[in-house]
This record gives sequence, C-alpha cells and structure tokens, in this order.
Amino acid sequence: MGLRLPIWLLVAGAGCCAGIPAALAHAFLDHAVPAVGSSVHQPPAEVRIWFTEALEPAFSTIKLADGSGAAVATEKAHVDAQDNKVLVLPLPALPAGSYRVMWRVLSVDTHVTEGSFRFQVAP
Amino acid sequence: MFRALMAATALGAAALLHPGGPAEAHGFAGDRFFPATLQTDDPFVADEASLPTLTKNPTDSTGGQSYSIEADIAKRLFSDLGVTAAYSWNYFQPKGLPPNSGWGGLSTGVQYQLFINNPHEFMGLIGLDVDWGHTGAINQGGADDHTTLSPTFDFGKGMGDLPDSLMWLKPIAITGNIGMSFPTKINSNGDLNQNTFNAGFALEYSLEYLQHHVKDVGIAAPFDRLIPLVEVTSTTPINRGFNADSGLTNGTGSATTGVVAPGIIWAGQTFQLGAEAILPYGQGQGHGVGAVLQLHFFLDDLFPHSIGRPIISDGPLFGR
Repeated sequence: MGLRLPIWLLVAGAGCCAGIPAALAHAFLDHAVPAVGSSVHQPPAEVRIWFTEALEPAFSTIKLADGSGAAVATEKAHVDAQDNKVLVLPLPALPAGSYRVMWRVLSVDTHVTEGSFRFQVAP
Repeated sequence: MFRALMAATALGAAALLHPGGPAEAHGFAGDRFFPATLQTDDPFVADEASLPTLTKNPTDSTGGQSYSIEADIAKRLFSDLGVTAAYSWNYFQPKGLPPNSGWGGLSTGVQYQLFINNPHEFMGLIGLDVDWGHTGAINQGGADDHTTLSPTFDFGKGMGDLPDSLMWLKPIAITGNIGMSFPTKINSNGDLNQNTFNAGFALEYSLEYLQHHVKDVGIAAPFDRLIPLVEVTSTTPINRGFNADSGLTNGTGSATTGVVAPGIIWAGQTFQLGAEAILPYGQGQGHGVGAVLQLHFFLDDLFPHSIGRPIISDGPLFGR
C-alpha cells in the first residue's frame, strides 16, 4: 500500500484549506468602542462594534442593560452605512455605573452569533 | 470510496432538503465558543471535518514507534442530532523488526444534543460510538477483529458566569466526557477484551473570550484566537482480569491508563489548527513524548447553503 493513500489525505486537507471562501463565516466581535471591559470617564454617545463579517441589518441588534440588569431604553441599533461589518447603538446620556452590552447578529452567511461585554462609566 | 459516497449523499440531501433559514453556529453556548478538542469528544453536534489528524504516538513499552493519519467527519441530521465517522491509516515500526502499515477500523457515532444553556455557557450531549470490527487491516493496521459499543455523555462548561471580581477566570472552560466501552467479543488471539470505563476532560483558557467578552487587553489578530489547553484521558478496565480490590489488571499492571496532552488551538473563521504533546501515563504505556497536529474545518461556514446545514431539518429532532 505504501504512503500513497495517506498522502492523498494530506493533499485533500491542503486543498480544502486553499479553497476556503474568504467571506463565508459567522461573525465574531473584532473590537468595540467603548472597549470590552473598559472604564470611560465621558459617557459615550454610542456603542460601536466591529465584527469580522458583514451583517444582515434586519436581524442584527444591540441591547444595553445597567448594573442591576435592567434594560436601558435606547434607539434601535443600525448597521453603519459606510461599513456593513459595523453595528452602532446610539445611547442616551448615561449616568455613572456599569453597563452590559448584548449583541446578536446574523452574518450574511445566515449564521447567528451572540455575545456580551461590559463597560463602565466612571463617576 | 465509502467516505466519498457519504459526502456526496450528504451534499445532495442537504441541497434538496434544507429550508434556508438562519442557523446557530457550531460549538457556541452564549458567549462561549468551544473549540473541537483533539483527544476528547466534543460536547456539541456540528458539521465539521478533521482532515487530517497526524499523530506520532509515544514510544511503546517494547521500544516500538507508531504513527497515524486520520480523517473525521461530523454531520448534523437535525439541529440537535448528528452522526460522525472516522477512519485512520496506521504505521508501526516495531523495534528490531520490519515495519508494517494498514488501515485502522471504521468508527462511527450518533449524537444527540441534550441541552445548551446560554446564560451559564453549559451544554450536554449523549452519544453512542461504534468501532466496527473487520473494517481495517487487523494484523497490519491494528484494526479490531470485533465491534465495540461505547455510550458516552459529553459536557462543556464555560466560566463566564463567574462574578466580575473573578474576571480573569472567566475565559476558563472545561469540556469532558464519561462513558463505557463494551467489546462484543470476549477475547482476540488470546488477549481479553475488557469492558472499560472511559473519562476525559479538556481544561481551556480562551484568549478569544478574554479579549472579546471580558476585557480588551490589546491582543491583536491572529493571537486573539488562541486557546491554550490541556487534555487528560483515562481508560479503566472493569472486568476480565481486572481485580477491583487491588486496582490491578491480572495482578500485574495498574488499571488506569491514558494520556496528558498540553497544547494550543487556533480557531479561525472557517478552520482551526491544533497541536498537542502526548504524555502517556499508566503501566505498560510506553515512555517519551508523542505529538498530534490537526487541521479542522467548519463545514457550516465553508458551505453554509449546502453540506454545512443539517441534512433533514434546521429544527430539532423533537419539537419544543
């Protein structure tokens, strides 16, 4: 039998790797402003999240909760008109405290992902 | 041929049957992404393929050396029901003897996702693995001459629900499995085929979770996708020569054997790379350090509109 068949396995793996479509994957958070786990002194005017993949605007949302877990009333999140990998949540004037950002997005490959992070507005 | 036929059948069925709606991504429970581990079973059903897994085993107790190349595929039928298949090619170099090589046996499995608890990053799965007898080269490839049935329970738990005062521990996750193996033949060429209790776990620290869910500490791509981990496996015989009072097998060897495998996984958008050292423990398990390297593809990301979707339905097996 020799090594012929196992080598084909290696070739198949390398071939799959080389043929990976670059734009088909679920969306991970890349970075955010305010930064994940950060403390800011000025209340932010918005939460802006950069994702690794383009988003479907109609099914991508951000919600905000305060330190007690109560929902904070905000405008509706929207995908940035200039960059469809960016989701933006306009914020009202936030008092000092801890906040939890909860995002749920649908990437253009139809995969749903969700996640959350906290930031703090320092007094 | 078998694998090609299976893949073609799955692709065709998926193209015909999937309804085309949104799908949950693989290996997620809330904020937590569980990577596919190399030594222990994953606690989630998925559309994934490991192609290949290259293993250099530790030197065995007689000084022999062995290597294997394995291909694995996992495919969902429903969103919570999946099947798996694996096949390997093995190469043995006994000390002082000519080498031999051949196909290992076929392994298949069926898995059902019991639960996924998103707030607590907790998931559980039950499965039945079957190592089929007479499906490989018994003398040359180390394949079995009998079929073995192995029911398992697999779980994954992320620590993201810890209080904020323990934020640096939140990236920790543990996956694990417990199960039994029941050979369908009592002995093979004079060697007893024992029923065994199997357990294993993987302890992970996800830099992806730290950077994207706990605190932006400035880890840039591609390092923000690294998951250092250590895996531990164990196999303990429970009959046919095993003495429960002494904890020994046939009065000679210690009962429990396994490996400790420290390593690292890089999980990207459509594939992941994993590498681990293999350190054996237990009497008769050889010595030295082995290694394993795995290239693993997320079929649901690579082929989201065809083979990457559940074959029968995007919904669960039972309505709920």
